[in-house]
Amino acid sequence: MLTLVLIFFPFLAALGTLILPRDNAKMYSFVSSLIQLGLTAYAFTLFLTQGADVLAANYEWVPNLGISLQVGLDGISILLVALTNILVPLIILSSFRNNYSNPSAFYGLILLMQFALIGVFAAMDGFLFYVFWELALLPIWFICLMWGGEERIRITLKFFIYTLSGSLLMLLGLIFVYLQTPAPHSFSIDALYQASLTAEMQGYIFWCFFLAFAIKIPVFPFHTWQPDTYTDAPAQGSMLLSGIMLKMGVYGIIRWMLPILALGIAEWGNFVMILCAISIVYASVIAIYQKDFKRLIAYSSIAHVGLITAGVFSLSMQGLQGSMVQMLAHGINVVGLFFIADIIQRRMKTRQMDSLGGLANNSPLFSILFIIVLLGSVALPLTNGFVGEFLLLLGVYSYNTWLAAICGLTVILGAVYMFRAYQKVMLGEVHERSVEFTGLAKSEKVALIIIAALIIVCGVYPKPILSIAQPALEEIVLNLQGVN
Amino acid sequence: MKALIIISILGVIAMMAEVLRYKKLLVPIIVAGLFIALATVVMDWNTDIRYFNDMAYFNNYALAFTGAIIFITLLWMLLGQEYFKDTHTKGEHAALILFCLAGAIAMISFSDLTLFFIGLEILSISLYVLAASNKNDLRSNEAGLKYFLMGAFATGFLLFGIALIYGATATFNLQGIQAALAKGAISPLMVKTGVLLILVGLLFKVSAAPFHFWAPDVYEGAPTLVTMFMATVVKTAAFAAFYRLFSTCFISLADTWIPVVAVLSAITMLLGNIMAVFQSSFKRMLAYSSIAHAGYMMMAIAAMNEVSAGSIFLYAIAYSIGSLGAFACLHAMSSNGDESISGLNGLGNRQPKVAIFLSLIMFSLAGIPPVAGFFAKYYLFYGALMGGYTWLVLIAVLSSLIGVYYYFRVIFALFKTSPVSPEELPKLLPKHYILLVLSAIISLGIGLSPAWLQSLIS
Repeated sequence: MLTLVLIFFPFLAALGTLILPRDNAKMYSFVSSLIQLGLTAYAFTLFLTQGADVLAANYEWVPNLGISLQVGLDGISILLVALTNILVPLIILSSFRNNYSNPSAFYGLILLMQFALIGVFAAMDGFLFYVFWELALLPIWFICLMWGGEERIRITLKFFIYTLSGSLLMLLGLIFVYLQTPAPHSFSIDALYQASLTAEMQGYIFWCFFLAFAIKIPVFPFHTWQPDTYTDAPAQGSMLLSGIMLKMGVYGIIRWMLPILALGIAEWGNFVMILCAISIVYASVIAIYQKDFKRLIAYSSIAHVGLITAGVFSLSMQGLQGSMVQMLAHGINVVGLFFIADIIQRRMKTRQMDSLGGLANNSPLFSILFIIVLLGSVALPLTNGFVGEFLLLLGVYSYNTWLAAICGLTVILGAVYMFRAYQKVMLGEVHERSVEFTGLAKSEKVALIIIAALIIVCGVYPKPILSIAQPALEEIVLNLQGVN
Repeated sequence: MKALIIISILGVIAMMAEVLRYKKLLVPIIVAGLFIALATVVMDWNTDIRYFNDMAYFNNYALAFTGAIIFITLLWMLLGQEYFKDTHTKGEHAALILFCLAGAIAMISFSDLTLFFIGLEILSISLYVLAASNKNDLRSNEAGLKYFLMGAFATGFLLFGIALIYGATATFNLQGIQAALAKGAISPLMVKTGVLLILVGLLFKVSAAPFHFWAPDVYEGAPTLVTMFMATVVKTAAFAAFYRLFSTCFISLADTWIPVVAVLSAITMLLGNIMAVFQSSFKRMLAYSSIAHAGYMMMAIAAMNEVSAGSIFLYAIAYSIGSLGAFACLHAMSSNGDESISGLNGLGNRQPKVAIFLSLIMFSLAGIPPVAGFFAKYYLFYGALMGGYTWLVLIAVLSSLIGVYYYFRVIFALFKTSPVSPEELPKLLPKHYILLVLSAIISLGIGLSPAWLQSLIS
């Protein structure tokens, strides 16, 4: 029941935001996202004290097709739900200094997005998962379309067609798996896990699912929509996309592909690992050459999630654990980075790193917080990024030494482009316009300090995250070992 | 059956309106009559009666479709009543629409090829006149003539097919034909030719490729309200008849016609969607999109399994409701004389609520959850996959993607910043707005609980 409340509360809040007077939309959505955070905390304590069973619920939806409103939160889901509900208030807080036209629609859409995302992470019915998966696309698409940059029409169309083509293939695969479930057919997760699929079928279905997830993540060569979209979206849109939405793809692989398509993964896993390695190196190298700070973050994001995906497909406990930690870490870091980009852009009216410089002089606090986020992103020990990347590389190493060596480049290249960016923006010659750079406003301070604190806390003491995800991940790994 | 009789009588009443001088009361009478007809459908639910020596057969399938098209007509009346009040005419518009509806119900409920043919002709001849009813507009005249000439051809094919079937089986009755075919001792060539000729006639009516050439011109030329009626009520009825005919009496000849339907289904949806991409006129785009939707629905006929009837029903309703909403906007636009998609530019900033509802409608037509169109498409894909038509579903997925492109052009237009002054934007009168909102809400409602509609027929 509580899980359903967690899913539908943002939906109601979104409706409220749309109806209530637009002047208060900002505050209203912020308060409701805080209430949601409180609910999540309550769910978390329930999960820790009484286990995952209290959070499961199952209601009828379309009984004649075996579709039900089955939701639940296990160790994997609850971490991502927590991530979502921590990030959404931060994202709303980060927008306090922006003045968007039609604010009630803007904040309503953010809350709708939250609704769909939590639905994706909590759905324990394949069909429900699909519906939420598609639903998550709509609000973010509207956000990009209505508040995006100059070329938003071309870019949002590409974004939508890309992701929808993947989704429709996934729907095809899902119906196919459904038809192989023991009679009476059902979309319930247990039934889908029991579907009897031959190795050949799994090979095909693997691609149906993987394309959908790979486009969302994105993995090379399905990434071409991503840099444009991230760059062109309003800051909060980029945060939602990179901070939470791409985690849907990784989550989808862990939840739906690893348990159902073990044979398909055995056949194609190698290939995917190579794609991930290419993603990492390719995106990192391109990131080094970027002049636009936001575009640099977009490419760095491809590199980071490439490593996360590689960790998942290493099929080892360390790799999966690493992917969970790194999903949370990357979510927090990338939101931080996009926020920083937004802060700079709002003051300087540009994101081109060549026309910035010497900002550190004007705002020491900003430069300290920036460097913390940056260190998290390049995975310095004692930051959240380190724990994740270390485990991920360990997982990939257990899979193949050479691949681990290639994937390890991400750490070095990441340091190169990130520090280069920091140097260009914050240090060096003081650009004439940099004088105008003003210190952080209160809401900005609060948001950035929380982000920096999260980065350090998760880096120093990551054990709770590891232990929460442990049992669910162990089950998946055991199952995989049983099949192979 | 009662509904059919009531609506036929309503048609006669409408014809007399001018003579007996109650034209002002006509709209309330028709609305009341339609509501009564709808009520009789609900009361007859779960009866299973054959009328007039098995000419008409009203089971739940026929009742559900009858109810659906009466309901759609009622929604259509929100705008359509204006069409009846036209001072130049003497009530014949109303009569023609009602006869058209009566023909449609006969087509849905036939159990005998004669009634099928009569129903089809009542429907078609009324439509020919309606398409040309804007007498002073050249395009409307062209539409009427084109539709009539092409339609007459198709009727010829259909009638020839019926004659061949009659020649082979010596009966018009569906059950009789089914029994005769099951016995098998008849000329297979004659029967197969007959079935294929009937198929051609029907494919023409549902505007499937390669018999679709009339559709864009007729849709564009006919008055918007008539186009709206054709795209919704007529299409639904044609598919109901299509399914009824081929699922009962020709099922034993499935090897002959199923491959044809499957291949044409693929061609129709690809062709309709691809052509729609290139249209700049909103109305013409909707015409091509209606061709594409016919292609999707043919998937269910090709699959021909236990979910087919339900999925055609759901799809026809989802598509009709979506079309009503889209045509409501189009109708509001055409009062400005601008029917191009770019006429919507900037509407989103001025009237965000209209934009949101129209976007919902477009989502439904494009098949994106959680709106009705998605579930309708889902059932079709599901049925086709169950029937082993993976290739067809793959083509359907591909053409859905193309579909997204042009439906989204409408949404993009809404959110474009445009230099158009507010006076040039389409003005939505309350009736347009009500129809738009109603169809968006119904679409959403069907999307959230699709099970009961689909389970009406199964």
